[in-house]
Amino acid sequence: MSQDTIDYGNKGLLERLNWQDWVYAILLFAGAIFAFKQYAQYMDIYEISFLFGAAALASYLGWQWKSLAKLVLAVGVMSIFSIVLYDGQQASATQKFLLKFLISSQSAVMWMNVLFILAMLTYWFALFKKSDFTARVASALTWSAVLFGFVGLMVRWYESYLIAPDVGHIPISNLYEVFILFCLITAVLYLHYEQKLNTRQLGGFVLLVINAAVGFILWYTFDRQAHNIQPLVPALQSYWMKIHVPANFVGYGAFSLAAMVASAYLLVQKGVLATRLPSLDVLDDLMYKSIAVGFAFFTIATILGAMWAAEAWGGYWSWDPKETWALIVWLNYAAWLHLRMVKGLRGALLAWWALIGLLVTTFAFLGVNMFLSGLHSYGTL
Amino acid sequence: MNPKLSFTKNLFDLLSSMRFAVSLLSVLGIASVIGTVLKQNEPYENYIIKFGQFWFGLFERLGLYDVYHSGWFLLILLFLVISTSLCVYRNTPHMLKEWRTFKESATEKSLNAFSHQASYETDADLETLRPKLTRFLAAKGFKYKIKPQADGSELIAAKAGTHQRWGYIFTHVAMIVILFGGLLDGNLPFKVQELLGQKRIETLDIPESQVPEISRLGIHNPSFRGNMTLTEGSRGNVAFVRVRDGYLVQELPFSVALKDFRIEHYATGQPKSFESDLVILDPELEAPITKTISVNHPLIYKGIAIYQSDFQDGGTKLNFKVWDLLSTQAVPAEMNGAIFQSGELGAGAKALKVEFNDFRKFNIINMSADGKGKPQNVGPNITYKLRDIRGQAVEYVNYMQPMQIDGKHYFLTGMRETVQDEFRYMRIPVDADFSLNGFMKFRAALLDSDKHREIARRIAKNSLEDKREPAVKKQFEESVVQLLDVFAKGGYSAVAQVIEQNVPEKEREMVASTYIKMISVAAFEAYNMVLEQDGQPPLPSNADTENMLRDSLNAFSDIFFFGTPYYLQLEQFDHKEASGLQLTKSPGQKWVYLGSVLLVLGIFAMMYIRERRIWLSLRPAKQQVHFAMASNRKNLDFEKEFNDFREQLKAVIV
Repeated sequence: MSQDTIDYGNKGLLERLNWQDWVYAILLFAGAIFAFKQYAQYMDIYEISFLFGAAALASYLGWQWKSLAKLVLAVGVMSIFSIVLYDGQQASATQKFLLKFLISSQSAVMWMNVLFILAMLTYWFALFKKSDFTARVASALTWSAVLFGFVGLMVRWYESYLIAPDVGHIPISNLYEVFILFCLITAVLYLHYEQKLNTRQLGGFVLLVINAAVGFILWYTFDRQAHNIQPLVPALQSYWMKIHVPANFVGYGAFSLAAMVASAYLLVQKGVLATRLPSLDVLDDLMYKSIAVGFAFFTIATILGAMWAAEAWGGYWSWDPKETWALIVWLNYAAWLHLRMVKGLRGALLAWWALIGLLVTTFAFLGVNMFLSGLHSYGTL
Repeated sequence: MNPKLSFTKNLFDLLSSMRFAVSLLSVLGIASVIGTVLKQNEPYENYIIKFGQFWFGLFERLGLYDVYHSGWFLLILLFLVISTSLCVYRNTPHMLKEWRTFKESATEKSLNAFSHQASYETDADLETLRPKLTRFLAAKGFKYKIKPQADGSELIAAKAGTHQRWGYIFTHVAMIVILFGGLLDGNLPFKVQELLGQKRIETLDIPESQVPEISRLGIHNPSFRGNMTLTEGSRGNVAFVRVRDGYLVQELPFSVALKDFRIEHYATGQPKSFESDLVILDPELEAPITKTISVNHPLIYKGIAIYQSDFQDGGTKLNFKVWDLLSTQAVPAEMNGAIFQSGELGAGAKALKVEFNDFRKFNIINMSADGKGKPQNVGPNITYKLRDIRGQAVEYVNYMQPMQIDGKHYFLTGMRETVQDEFRYMRIPVDADFSLNGFMKFRAALLDSDKHREIARRIAKNSLEDKREPAVKKQFEESVVQLLDVFAKGGYSAVAQVIEQNVPEKEREMVASTYIKMISVAAFEAYNMVLEQDGQPPLPSNADTENMLRDSLNAFSDIFFFGTPYYLQLEQFDHKEASGLQLTKSPGQKWVYLGSVLLVLGIFAMMYIRERRIWLSLRPAKQQVHFAMASNRKNLDFEKEFNDFREQLKAVIV
């Protein structure tokens, strides 16, 4: 056989693209250019670079992972449709049928909540029934939840500008909004591995932590009316928010995913559900990978946070409780990675560590806001 | 081996070991928790109150009030630097070697020991095989080196992803660089100077110009973080650096003047922006620099960054009506003052010093009962203290405008005796003109025993039937007067006391409710009497009136627990603001950022570049190609890749 005819599956990224990929990227950049033409005068140089950076990033990720491209397009189409329905009137959210019951920001978030709950139940049902079809349904439900969640955030972004132009801001500014972001990022990370490893058995585990967040969102909405859009305090009015917060939540999401995989690992090790769940090797590998992703992004987020602090608080590091706990989280996973990568440690210890790491992470994310006071008090209960 | 040498060697091994590094990471993490649980850098009095003298002293010696600058914490960081440095020193040569080498000297024997290997039978010769295999390797992104062997066979040693080794170097050097940068910005130089007795913190509240040289930091101080408060129209050339329970004066190489400070608000009342119009005055400048700073937008001049940090009152001028709540007159006195200044009230032993502490033009409060409603602006308030000649002070907070609570309007005033207490609020209902006058006159009438008989007479006239005996009427009036006399001396609690003393327990409830009824009827008459004197129509008999009177009586009862008899009603103000600036010189910042970039590059290199090595041993003599593969991190990706390569190589070779 001639060597030239052998496909090693190692073509460069650009060579692998088909026409749909190009259309996808062109659409994204057309959108970015449209936004630029419309709003450039209100954006600073950083925000403009984020706009095109986001288009480039979404193109790249969509090329690498085709399902994500579909999600991005669906989010775009539904968000634009919703915005058209709003027609510049905030009141439309409660007057127009489709908005009121489906895709106003608030309704979309509620659909996300419902779909995540259904997805979790379906995943567990599939696990116990060993039903591949049910698992596929669960997977589809999770994708839909993610779709609705992102639409909710996009529309909320638009809606904030309807309240007043100076109130408008990206919806990642308080606990309510970042909890939605957390659910979405954790779910997307999970779905990525679900496809990559071709295993749907872990969905029930990961959806547990997502639904804990959903529970919080529901309580926060109904008991505290936290879904009301509030204007930004001066310290948050910065382009840094657009990169610091998402990077942080990739970190939190990945750590949560790792912790849930760790719990599955521990169960399998004890022989519980061992026949239904992936093997220990796969779980261990996944746990490592998500902690690695989390650690990388958490590091970036913390650095971005420090840079922002240098601009807003007068110093890149003030030993503020949030900063300090970010450091603690970082040290925790740094130690984990040292043991795993250098010592080659595997097994229950690391799984337990990843699980307990979630507690530390949760405290850094939530506990600091609840129990400690400091500069970073942007979400209180 | 010489024992001394072996001790050094052991120490070196320990300090550069991973075990030690991971322990340090854990210790650092745990130590960091302390400073988040215990609020740092509070005024020392707060700690004394919280912990008591003994624990306060112990915690102070442990440096717990500023953990992150305490000696022992810096020592942990120092050990981290040492440990990381030794780790880098120990491992870098190895890493660089691994990065460069193709490991082409691998022997047949060692390759046979690999866990991932395969053999292929082929009758092709070297010249045919070599280009095929090297093209395969190149296509897979491997670099290779060909080494002919003594026995006529050939070894192709290939590597990919060895840049991963730089990840190790980058991340660890990054830690050293970041900690070095942090050290530059830390207060180590001051600590040393303090230890040598060259510097001392100032703990007295004295004017800046009187702070002695020993507590001043010169303009060449490389790193500091201080605060400066400027009132509008003033300028300053020093910043204050807070250290423990005192401060240092940091001299600046220029002056900063504040032209204007502005707070903008959203429509909902929440603050939208804080802005200061600054002017930098420096003899080296041809013209002063004018710049507006705001949160997130500092000004950097001569390496010193000037931040908008907070704001406070800058000496707002105030104009008050002073009501004596226990006077039988309802005529307020006039009083002028300014924030941070003081005034006098009363005379002799009852003299009180008024300390005007704070004025806030906007107060965003959530007034809804369940806390779920939207916060709203309730207008200006003033905080002041009334201090008696023994030094005891009562603190008050008064809102200038009436506030709406449950649909009714009140003037709110809070008082507390110590800072730890919450303010306790007295609600004074407004009169028909939304002013305090109605209540004040009503209060004066109730306090005035000369008017009690008249009130009693009116009640008797309005509520007793005319045909009653004059004697009964007289007796009724007498009891009303008595009740009002008691009420005027201490409100409801005085009445309660009288009941407790004179009435048997069984009847108390009944008597109390009779008294309360009588007091409310008296209140109605008293209020109308006041209105009548002012030539105004009487109160209508309805629920609103009833509510207003009940609130008035409650407020009346509260004045006996108000600490002092004075109520300062804010009439006018001339708002003057002061901007709180933070000034920072941070030479370590660029090092920290450099370290951060290295850190991120390093982490990605370490995690996402996978080092893999391939050896292909071409042995035409044996009609065999031997394939071995290794990675420094064996995981599922590697397994998959090995399996793919094994199959693909088969296609290439066979």
